[in-house]
Amino acid sequence: MTATAPDGEGFAIAPDLPPLIAEPPRRGRVATFVRRHPTIVLGAALLGLMVLIAVCAPWLGTGDPQALSPAKRIRAPSAEFWFGTDSLGRDVYSRVIYGARTSLLVGIVVALAATVAGVAVGLVSGFVRWLDPIVMRVIDGLMAIPSVLIAIALLGIARGSVVNVIVAITLAEFPRVARLVRGVVLSLREQPYVDAALACGSGGGRIMLRHILPNALDPIIVQATYIGASAVIAEAVLSFIGVGTPPTVPSWGNIMAEGRALWQVKPYIVFFPAVFLCITVLGVNLLGDGLRDMLDPRVAKRA
Amino acid sequence: MSTTLLDVRDLVKHYPVGGGLFGRRAETVHAVDGVSFGVDAGETLAIVGESGCGKSTVGKVVLGLAPPTAGRVSFGGTDYADIGAADMKRVRRRLQVVFQDPFSSMNPRMKVRDIVAEPLENFGVIDGRSAITDRVRDLLVRVGLPADALNRFPHEFSGGQRQRICIARALAPGADLIVCDEAVSALDVSVKAQIVNLLLDLQAEYGLALLFISHDIAVVEHMAHRVAVMYLGKIMEIGDRDVLFAQPAHPYTRALLSAVPVPDPAVRRGRAALAGDLPSPIDPPRGCRFHTRCPLAFDRCRVDEPALRAVGSGRLAACHLDQPADA
Repeated sequence: MTATAPDGEGFAIAPDLPPLIAEPPRRGRVATFVRRHPTIVLGAALLGLMVLIAVCAPWLGTGDPQALSPAKRIRAPSAEFWFGTDSLGRDVYSRVIYGARTSLLVGIVVALAATVAGVAVGLVSGFVRWLDPIVMRVIDGLMAIPSVLIAIALLGIARGSVVNVIVAITLAEFPRVARLVRGVVLSLREQPYVDAALACGSGGGRIMLRHILPNALDPIIVQATYIGASAVIAEAVLSFIGVGTPPTVPSWGNIMAEGRALWQVKPYIVFFPAVFLCITVLGVNLLGDGLRDMLDPRVAKRA
Repeated sequence: MSTTLLDVRDLVKHYPVGGGLFGRRAETVHAVDGVSFGVDAGETLAIVGESGCGKSTVGKVVLGLAPPTAGRVSFGGTDYADIGAADMKRVRRRLQVVFQDPFSSMNPRMKVRDIVAEPLENFGVIDGRSAITDRVRDLLVRVGLPADALNRFPHEFSGGQRQRICIARALAPGADLIVCDEAVSALDVSVKAQIVNLLLDLQAEYGLALLFISHDIAVVEHMAHRVAVMYLGKIMEIGDRDVLFAQPAHPYTRALLSAVPVPDPAVRRGRAALAGDLPSPIDPPRGCRFHTRCPLAFDRCRVDEPALRAVGSGRLAACHLDQPADA
């Protein structure tokens, strides 16, 4: 009788041994999230740091980013000018910190605008058969025009402004989202669960919003983050070649453009905005990869 | 008993191949070419045939998921061609489907509760969130799933369990006819038997009619009351299961039945093996569709297409050799 009772005294051979499988330590939800999604946390932390810098720019020991002091021009980094000064004597540190505002604004607004426009066009194009070839040829045409050309054209019509930069980059980027969404919609609409939803009495709108869009979300979110990252770079490129944000608004692109002439002797003018640009783009891309993994329910359940 | 629920008359479904903005309509796939049958309330009609014979297309048209090129489909006396979207929705409530692939026939982002609740919400069967949830729980238990399946996602279930969820979804609106499009073909043998038995139980309980589309002759023999044999978009033979399996009238039916494996190594049968492949449905053969592979074909078969006609015991067969099977 005692032999069949595993917790009977006769079986207490080594009662002091620790259990074979240690009970996992109880952790808070935050700690679990960090452990499961390190890329999201790192990406969000980098991006959050940049947003914080941009928001708190006036309180980070910065001066007026436009203040000229020709007497103190081209200074190397020092206690007074952390990142040195440029050829007009402006404080590079202040300009880089304020430049974060421009770059993040452009990145976030372009990512949102291009995604919304692309999803709308892509859904319609993928769903309305007869409209598809027409919309896609227009999209092909838009994709053939580089954002630089659109920006130059807009600069010719209106004055250079951040809004123009956003419009130019959005026009160049949204066709990619539209094509992606259309492709995903075309493959998803052939899924048996779409037929099953039709048989269950669902209409076109419900199928689009409830069955197709949620399943197309992964690639859309990843694409949106990549577009945000590439918009930050595109803004820098446009500003660098002088068709982007006007010189009165500091941006990482035009700081680098102004430091270009002095690159070989005073590399820090280009170096500091470039480092900020890299960190921002890295953060956004990490966030995108992490979100993709988290949003997929098949991957998310993996402990 | 025998009120005709589903009536299909001379159904034709062609698919254009190619096309587009600058493409030309080059060719046509003759997926279904003049098919007629009826399904009575409470009975199981099986449609059998090899891959590409058009049996799944018949299912799609019957479900109203694809418009017929020609011919008429009516359900409960309502012709699909005569009605608008609102009436079609009323038809759909009584006409549900279980698909072959239990992995892709449910939206992977919806919880089981929402999947099974979808027809309940769309057709307004019951109102109120909690009432719907209760009904979904009852349905899940009825098809043999634990009640806590409600808040899980489809990917947490095995193939057989998923097929049970699909069956619960099909039962939800109170359907009279369920189209089972290869519903058990993707399952392994033991699970297949469980699902087949579940379908038979539900049929007995609710008086369901089943349109059972399959290439699995053994399952069909177990389930069906009547069997239609399709080949290249046409019905070759249709009749009661017992008669059709005992005395197949059409050479194609005979070939199909002889291809079924018998689980007894002592049994040696002369297999009426067919030579060659299924001809392309883009360019089906003239005359009898089966003449290119028929061991008994003669001159008339190559030019004259045989019509379906009675060959005794309530059976119809489309063959110029009018005699029943040599018994």
